[in-house]
Formats: sequence, C-alpha cells, structure tokens
Amino acid sequence: MDPVGLFFYLVAFLIFGGIYAILCLALNVQWGFGGLFNAGIAGFFAVGAYTSALLTAAPAQTHLGGYELPVPVGILAAAVTAGITGWAVAKICIRLKSDYLAMASIGIAEILRMIIVNEDWLTNGSLGITNIPRPFDGLVQGRAADIVFLAVVWAIVAIIYLICNRLYDSPWGRTLRAVRDNEDAARAVGKDVDAFRLQTFVIGSALMGVAGALSAHYFRFLSPEATEPLLITFLVWVMLMAGGSGNNKGAIVGALSVWAIWSMTEIFANRLPAELATRSSYIRMLLIGLLLQFVLQKYRSGLLPERSPGITFDEDKDKTHG
Amino acid sequence: MMEFINFYLIPGLALGSVYALGAIGISMIFGILRFAHFAHGDVMTLGAYGTLTAVWVSGLHPLIALPVGMAFAVLAVLAVDKVFYKPLRDLPTIYTVIASFGVALIFRSLVQLIWGSSNEVFIRGVQKPIVLFDLIRVSVLHLESIAIIVLAAIALHFFLSRTKTGRSMRAVSDNPELARVAGLDTEKVVRATWIIGASLAAIAGVLSGLDTNIHPNLGWNLILPMFAAAILGGIGKPMGALLGGMVIALIEELSSYPWITDEPLINPGYKTATAFFIMVVLLIFRPQGLLKGRLF
Repeated sequence: MDPVGLFFYLVAFLIFGGIYAILCLALNVQWGFGGLFNAGIAGFFAVGAYTSALLTAAPAQTHLGGYELPVPVGILAAAVTAGITGWAVAKICIRLKSDYLAMASIGIAEILRMIIVNEDWLTNGSLGITNIPRPFDGLVQGRAADIVFLAVVWAIVAIIYLICNRLYDSPWGRTLRAVRDNEDAARAVGKDVDAFRLQTFVIGSALMGVAGALSAHYFRFLSPEATEPLLITFLVWVMLMAGGSGNNKGAIVGALSVWAIWSMTEIFANRLPAELATRSSYIRMLLIGLLLQFVLQKYRSGLLPERSPGITFDEDKDKTHG
Repeated sequence: MMEFINFYLIPGLALGSVYALGAIGISMIFGILRFAHFAHGDVMTLGAYGTLTAVWVSGLHPLIALPVGMAFAVLAVLAVDKVFYKPLRDLPTIYTVIASFGVALIFRSLVQLIWGSSNEVFIRGVQKPIVLFDLIRVSVLHLESIAIIVLAAIALHFFLSRTKTGRSMRAVSDNPELARVAGLDTEKVVRATWIIGASLAAIAGVLSGLDTNIHPNLGWNLILPMFAAAILGGIGKPMGALLGGMVIALIEELSSYPWITDEPLINPGYKTATAFFIMVVLLIFRPQGLLKGRLF
C-alpha cells in the first residue's frame, strides 16, 4: 500500500470518525446526561443533511431549494430544523417511560425517510441531491480539499466538545444528572423535570443535524441511502456504550475506536475468499451486535466512565457564625 | 361496495391478523417483563425462515410446517433471554431495551448469513382467488389468516381465563409485587411469556411471508405498527393488543380507499405512517390504550 494512498485513507477515516464523534457527543447529551433513549438518530441526521443540502446546493429543477447559501448558514439551519424535529418528538412522550421515546423516535426516523423518498418535488426522492458545496470550495480543489474538510470537521468537533463540557459542568447539567439518577428527588426539590428532558433532547437532536449536514457536504451528494438507520443509529449507540456514556471524552474515544474496528473489519473482509466476502457485511453486523451485548453486560460504564466533577466547598460561605 | 370488500376490507382483516399476533407478544412481554421488545419483528422473521426450511425439506404446505418455525423461534428466543436479557434483569429496563435492539440486529444478520438476503416465497405462482356468492373474491391466504386470528383469539381468551399459567401471567402483568407475595412462580411465567410470544410471532411471520414474500427485513418493517397496536390495546392486555392490531390494520388499509373523491384519501406510500400517527395521538391523549393497560 503506497504511503499517499494510506495517508488519504487515514484522512477519510478521520473525517468520518469526526462526524461519528459529533453524533456520539450528541447522543451523550441525550443518553449520558439525560438518560433518554433515542433510537431514531438516523432521522435527525437526515433532517440536518437535507436541510443543509437544500439550502446550499445549486438551483435545480428536480428539487426545492438550491439557494446556494453559504455552508455555515446551511449547517446552522440544519441544527435548527433537527432541533425542532427533536422538540416535536420529545414533546409527545417526554412524560412517559423511555421505551415509548424509543418507539416514537424510530417512528419519526421512518416517517422522515418516507417523506424524503416520496416527496420528490422537495428532495428529488431516491435520485438525490447533487452539487452540494464544501466550505472553502473556491480556495482548494481536489485532494487538498479533503484535508481542509478534515480540519473543518474536527474544528466543529472541538467546539461541540467544549459546549458539551460546559453543559455538563453547569447548574443545568447538574440538575439534568439529578433528574436522570433520581427523578422523584429532583421533582421534590421543585425542578421542572419535563422541561429539562425536553431541552436535553432538543440540544442532542440539533447536534445530530449538524453531523448530518457535514456528511452531506463531504460527499457533495445526498440520497435517502445516506440515512440508512443501521449504520448510523446502531453504530452510534455501540460507540457511546463502549466509549463511556456520560463522559464527553469517552464519546469521542468510543466513536474513533468502534469506527476503527468497523473499518478494520472492512479491510479484512475484502481479503477473505469469495463466498465469505459477500457475506462479510452480515458478519460485521453480527459482531457489532455481539459487541454491544458484551459491553452492556461487562463494561457498561465504557472505556472512560463518567466522572462527576468533585464537590468544592467555598471557605467563606461555610462560616455560618461569627 | 364489492371493491371495498375485496380490495380493502378483507386484506385489512388479514393484515390485522399479522399485526395482532405480533402485538399480543409485544404487549405480554411489555406487561410482564416490563420492556419494549424491539427484536420481536425479527422473531417473526425467524419463524418464517424456520418454516421455509421445513417446507424446503419436506414439501409440506407452510401452515402444516408451521410448528417447525414456531419451535425454531421459541428456542431462539429462550436462548437469547438466557444469554442476553437475563443478566440485565436487575438493571433499569432501558438496558434490556438496548440489548433487544442488539438482538434484533443479531437475528437479522444470522438470517442473512444462513439464508442469504434475497427474497423467497413459500408458494410459487399466482394463486387463484376463491369466489363466494359470485361477488366476493378472496384469496385463500386471507381466509386462512382471518381463521387463524379467530382461533387464536378464542384460544388466548381460554388460556388467560381458565388455565393456571394464564391467570398467573395476568397477575404478574397487573401487579408484580403482589404476585410475588402470593407465591407465583415468576420464572415459569417469564418462560411462558416468551414461548407464547414467540409462537404467535412465528405464525405472524409465516402469514406475512405467505402474503408477500420472505426476506430478512420482514419483521423489522412491521415493528412500528405492532408497537402501535400494542399501545392502542393497552400494554399488558393481550386481548387489547389483538383488537389494536385489527384496528390499526383496518385503518391502514382503509386509509387509501377513495372515500371522498376519486383519489385515495392518503397516498399509499404513507400507509405505514398511519400507524405512527395513531401511536402519536395515543401517546398524547391516552397512553393507557383502549383497555386501560399498564402505564409506565
């Protein structure tokens, strides 16, 4: 394998690793902080991807939009629409057990797919949207553009990581974790449990939309296949569980490690004899499913378990007398 | 009118049979084991493929080879419960839900590994419909489906009200602490739940496979309407799930009938979305469903 090819393989690997890291950070907000089970990650990913694609692509007869707006606008709009979708889903079942949220989120992911495929005046259906620009399109071309895009993705990962850390170590984050761990106690102290859960879900969904937008810009092409639930939803869950739910660093570590395992198995599968090679994707699915079970039973806290920030006592406030 | 009966009503009832059989299992598992079993659709798929293999080997009609598929599904589910669900039973049930997600994937990938991912059919060729009273044209399959669900309803009602295990299951579903205090054998109840749920799911899978074709996503595609049916009936109320399945299927099929104008009321591409909308409405206004099931 020549070094240049290997280098660009690594670039592609890290670009996708970054997108998955964003999805994991987003899921960490919903599950790790808030204890909410979102089984419809693919749906919010799709909303974000299509929003950004439709706003930034070149005009075309085949679909709505094509306003050729700048990429940052597209990404922000993706976050907004995905957040609104998340709000709608959570509002329905926030008061009920998490199982219902799982069903509703799977449902919305399916409905969104149906809309994307059926309403081809809006999205060009299964044929997809083309000519989606990349940021800095005019400045760099060809393979160098990939490296620029890699930098953009990981810059966004860094920003989101900082946001999530700030969310975690804040009054909001502490209340959220209190709600997650002991809902009745939190309610007894007067916290609006439903509102906190709703906010968590919306923030997570918005971030998932950003990941979707980045994916659309990377491929310059978007079709309903890109939102295939298996790869996105399930893989992200395994990544977060393995990396450590409740821990932002764990989310990123989990994303990169599981993505590495997935990519490695892809390389090895291509070297297998022919009959096994065609079935290789199913073997990988099976392995990932088994990996999830193993992590659930033995390593539930993941590689990097959650670490609550310590409690610090303010010396002056402690003085109640004198 | 005839068009209504032949192309909308009867297929709706037959589809209701499939949904109902799956939803009963989901409702029972949700009520007794307290979690949403996302792998239930893939249990249906296993039942269908098990029966298909039996048909290939023996050449019998699928409905006669059905017990093989049922046994296959039951064994798979009991194994999965022992290895994947039981260790997580003491934890918050959300972990079992996540595990069931994984099990769904494992089932699907095993099916694709063993049987391949192409579409299969039980019976080749076009089946001629039966004509009743010179007006009603029904396919044999639809009649079989409706007959099966009627039989299943009677058997289920009998089981739940007259047998000891059935009554124990209802007790554990309604009030688990009290059931334990009263000394009911919860492990037996759990096993019975899995056996009944998997058997009914296998029947549903075969009926669905007879109706269209058999492919690895057979069950996974139906999971949403079945969950909606279980919620509609009330979680933990198997008869409610049966009713819910029929209602959801009828609404789904009848929604594309040209009620008002010449166009179908709802674009047939969105048929499965109707189940989702019903579920959303239920979750907002009446999450306990028609028969007032458990609300978590």
